[in-house]
Amino acid sequence: MSVRENVEITKAARLADGVFEMWLKTEIIARESKPGQFISVYSNDGSRLLPRPISICRIDEDLLRIVYRVAGKGTLEFSQMKEGERLNIQGPLGNGYDLPAIFEQVENVTGKKPEKAILFGGGIGVPPMLELAKAISEKTDCKAQAVMGYRDSQMFLKEEFESYADVTVATEDGSAGVKGNVLDAVKECNITGDVIFACGPAPMLRAVKAYAAGQGIEAYVSLEEKMACGIGACLACVCKSTEKDGHSQVHNKRVCKEGPVFNAKEVEI
Amino acid sequence: MDTDKFTKKDLNLAVNIAGVQLSNPVMEASGTFGSGMEYGEYVDLNRLGAVVTKGVANVPWPGNPTPRIAETYGGMLNAIGLQNPGLDTFVKRDIPFLKQFDTKIIVNVCGKTEEDYIDAVEKLGEQPVDMLEINISCPNVKEGGIAFGQVPAMAEKITAAVKKVAKQPVIMKLSPNVTDIAEMAKAVEAGGADAVSLINTITGMKIDVNRRTFALANKTGGLSGPAIKPVAVRMVYQAANAVKLPIIGMGGITNAEDALEFIMAGATGVSVGTANFNDPMTTIKVIDGIKDYMIRNGVKDINELVGCVR
Repeated sequence: MSVRENVEITKAARLADGVFEMWLKTEIIARESKPGQFISVYSNDGSRLLPRPISICRIDEDLLRIVYRVAGKGTLEFSQMKEGERLNIQGPLGNGYDLPAIFEQVENVTGKKPEKAILFGGGIGVPPMLELAKAISEKTDCKAQAVMGYRDSQMFLKEEFESYADVTVATEDGSAGVKGNVLDAVKECNITGDVIFACGPAPMLRAVKAYAAGQGIEAYVSLEEKMACGIGACLACVCKSTEKDGHSQVHNKRVCKEGPVFNAKEVEI
Repeated sequence: MDTDKFTKKDLNLAVNIAGVQLSNPVMEASGTFGSGMEYGEYVDLNRLGAVVTKGVANVPWPGNPTPRIAETYGGMLNAIGLQNPGLDTFVKRDIPFLKQFDTKIIVNVCGKTEEDYIDAVEKLGEQPVDMLEINISCPNVKEGGIAFGQVPAMAEKITAAVKKVAKQPVIMKLSPNVTDIAEMAKAVEAGGADAVSLINTITGMKIDVNRRTFALANKTGGLSGPAIKPVAVRMVYQAANAVKLPIIGMGGITNAEDALEFIMAGATGVSVGTANFNDPMTTIKVIDGIKDYMIRNGVKDINELVGCVR
């Protein structure tokens, strides 16, 4: 059950070039949220009608933290807002990572409980992995290995991951960690795991899906698509599914409703 | 003005569209609301005059590639391409869902050929739905659809063909992408339509200058939202002057004042579309706002306002 709330910004800050965070004080939404879900954030400017879907980075009792990249006028508006200002949000939205169900699925496929999870985050796909790393480290016996890809040495959130996971970094310009992408880091550092979680740009997810298939590892990917309603009604944000979807009756799944988290085998990326 | 004269209880918001009595004139526009399942978490569907479903065809349609939407100033473009699960699933799943509520059900029907429309309309004849809205105006599917909605003779012909088999009153949904909306309204009236709804979206385009390509995979899409409201009000007014049919007006309604513009221009019913994406409670706010207006202005019956601007 998702709800709409007018929430107060309790903290707003810049984390890296073009990357910002906001902490929002919610009545209900934070307490209902789980890692991998997202919220719709609404502009206060009437010329921008559509909500911006933004992933949940941290959940702390009644506080929600979002970390987002400025990609257009809407996110630019958010980035200029200050502590004490208010926003309309709706959520929590999407399926998120249901860890008990995922671990059971993995056990069914591979015959053993996952002991080590690899969390891939690429660019603005890094933030949702933080709450997931926290949940894995606190609620399961599984170890978390985070592999993060950044453009450069502005490695936002990296230190916070270190509380919950082993952290390996790749940067496009080679200014920190392994030069290259997250899979280059996996190869160079001989990283292995029993289950994969990934959020990032489509080319990264495509590569992660292929890697997981090659290694016989179950992978759960978080997809992104342009959205309008955010709740499953408008059918704007569909992805291609490998099987016919029960709701749509065609090879389409709604990223906002059946996703954003999918078993990589379920979707074409 | 003496505002103590009425309370909300004394107001009549009920309207009659082609023999179907709606508790109030406010519904939501096809395609923005699914069949109400998702929005039902936010909106009490019992309060709506009717639920207008997303377009359904005789068989499932996969729709267009993504991106299917793009925001524009005060509006948005969409090219969903009428993705729908097909009539069999719709009948089994969506109609029983809607029957739980005390509202009217208007099923929007889409098709690529005359046979498609007739097949769907015939199958819906046995279903407990109140009205059919025939979509001859979707700008996002290549075949059929819009072709029927841009040539008056074609519109008349498809209307007559649908009317011949329809068991429920038929609303023809008109496209604004025409030279003369009055001519289109007259054509469907001549074909035997029971009502008209307008406007569907206005064909538009957005270019992503950073990627140097179209914002939508379909290149063009339908523009909706507040940006198109003045066009829609004008067309409702022209249609109201051209035909005797009841009109359901839509296009950029976000609040009660917008809805009242359409009603005064000649619409008996109004639909909220894109505004649902901005605030899922918009329909309810519009209904409450209309009541407030009526009390403030001493209007006891909403029907007094229909077409009051001539």
